[in-house]
Amino acid sequence: MKLSIEEVEHIAALARLALTDAEKQRYAEQLSDILDYVAHLDELDTEHIPPADSVLDETLRLREDQARPGLSHNDVLRNAAETEDGQFKVPPVLGG
Amino acid sequence: MTALTDLTVHEALAGLRTGEFSSRELTEAYLARIDALEPDIHAFITLTPERALAGADKADAILKTQDDPPPLTGLPIAVKDVLCLAGVRCTCGSKILDNFIPPFTATAVQRLMEAGVIPLGKTNTDEFAMGSSTENSAYRPTRNPWKTEHVPGGSSGGSAAAVAARMAPAAFGTDTGGSVRQPCSFCGVTGIKPTYGRTSRYGLVAYGSSLDTVGMIARNVADLALLFQQFAGFDPLDATSVREPVPAYNLPETSLLNDLRIGVPEEYFIKGIQKEVEDGVKAAIAQLETQGATVLPIHLPHTEYALPVYYLIAPAEASANLARYDGIRFGPRLGEGEELWEMFSQTRGQLFGAEVKRRIMLGTYALSAGYYDAYYRKAQKVRTLIKRDFEGAFDQVDVIAAPVAPTTAFKFGQHTDDPLAMYLEDVFTLPANLAGVPGLAFPVGYDKDGLPIGMQLMGPHFSEALLFRVGHAYQLATDWHERRFDAKRYAKGLKP
Repeated sequence: MKLSIEEVEHIAALARLALTDAEKQRYAEQLSDILDYVAHLDELDTEHIPPADSVLDETLRLREDQARPGLSHNDVLRNAAETEDGQFKVPPVLGG
Repeated sequence: MTALTDLTVHEALAGLRTGEFSSRELTEAYLARIDALEPDIHAFITLTPERALAGADKADAILKTQDDPPPLTGLPIAVKDVLCLAGVRCTCGSKILDNFIPPFTATAVQRLMEAGVIPLGKTNTDEFAMGSSTENSAYRPTRNPWKTEHVPGGSSGGSAAAVAARMAPAAFGTDTGGSVRQPCSFCGVTGIKPTYGRTSRYGLVAYGSSLDTVGMIARNVADLALLFQQFAGFDPLDATSVREPVPAYNLPETSLLNDLRIGVPEEYFIKGIQKEVEDGVKAAIAQLETQGATVLPIHLPHTEYALPVYYLIAPAEASANLARYDGIRFGPRLGEGEELWEMFSQTRGQLFGAEVKRRIMLGTYALSAGYYDAYYRKAQKVRTLIKRDFEGAFDQVDVIAAPVAPTTAFKFGQHTDDPLAMYLEDVFTLPANLAGVPGLAFPVGYDKDGLPIGMQLMGPHFSEALLFRVGHAYQLATDWHERRFDAKRYAKGLKP
């Protein structure tokens, strides 16, 4: 199977990755090779096999709903590129 | 006199307890060794000498004043740079976290620190633990201490190289597809990849969440068991951490392995495996047989499908986990002045490395509309078959013995242009992650170039105690794990 440049651009847009033309070319080839390789899985009949949602038998349990100390406001904001008035600051979502 | 950096964890702790040397002396010895070797090895991304020495002085005060200090008081160790340590930069080998200083500490690291260890620094890794050689680190590759033109393996290559070069007596690693075991094999050290859920993932920067495990690397099984005892177990902060009680990882004083059944899977001795690796692992299995074990041929028929299953599931999970790197809450921001979506794309496109982008793209594709059933769901179904292979095998045998990797450490650049060839290096380590079972890797010989050969033992879920017993019995009877490389060959200014 051969991915087109348009398909690579579509995937990159979904993944929010700005790629150069050279990268698009390279990923089109490399991802095509990898997808050919993983197509080996089609050799197996898995119609009646359940998907492995967990490797362990233990199921998830709920915990007590108890308040516990968390990170401080300052700790949470400390690594942000930009903050204002104790909030994360982001660029405009819609064109201004 | 033996150099302090030559002592095992057990020996170092005994010396600290009796006051033969102080934690400051031990820590200074490791920092001096790091100073001398780091220019050649590049095992660390961030070193924290002042912090370590302050910790050592505190440990010395505790050792002097407390009758029963925490069990690991005063022991320096290294931490892979994907595990958070509050106040110390955590890069994950990526430029997108170049300036990230976590406000909290990973549970596994926290528990060892409560038991008394002192972090020396953060070790190099392939970016977000995606790789088998450390060549995907955005900083610089780590070199194999045995032969510096060879890779140390990955992604925990910095940790394995640091332990092999005696820049730390032990180091945290993480294993999502072989990232503890394969570098242990390449560097001739001993490492545990635990059962999924046995150790807490809290504070481990997520890669493939259904596969990620926090493990440990040391010079021998006895040290590993001692350290693992202190951080294994349930953590309410990790939703997939399990409540199964942690047994005492006591080790035998005898090398006898009567009543042990070892399975040897035919599918792990395939065409293309390096002859010396095959011979070395078979000799180690024969050695275990002389110690009383019964060896049985077994089959894990879906082994060949582990690679395609892994390279769908891990990238799919990675594409979701790495969506959080968007230039808002942490990391540098690029595309300033652009709209929000363009800022996301510029930040991610420019700051993620080639392999990370490749896996995000692959995972995004496998999860995208119209392809989910064909790729991701199909892979999850085959994962069930791989898990059943192991369940069937463990009805017949107690442990499985196999090579860790098809070759010894390869050279830099050998696979960098061919991602599939690089992925094939993981062919023997991926199945344990997909089935969630534990694996113990340790050296069982050396090839003609003097590069280490590794074997892994795999067991049923929560069988770490058994793996430690068998590995320890092997190391009582052999001395491959005690062999060391000649540091004087290339290190300058190193005291004999």
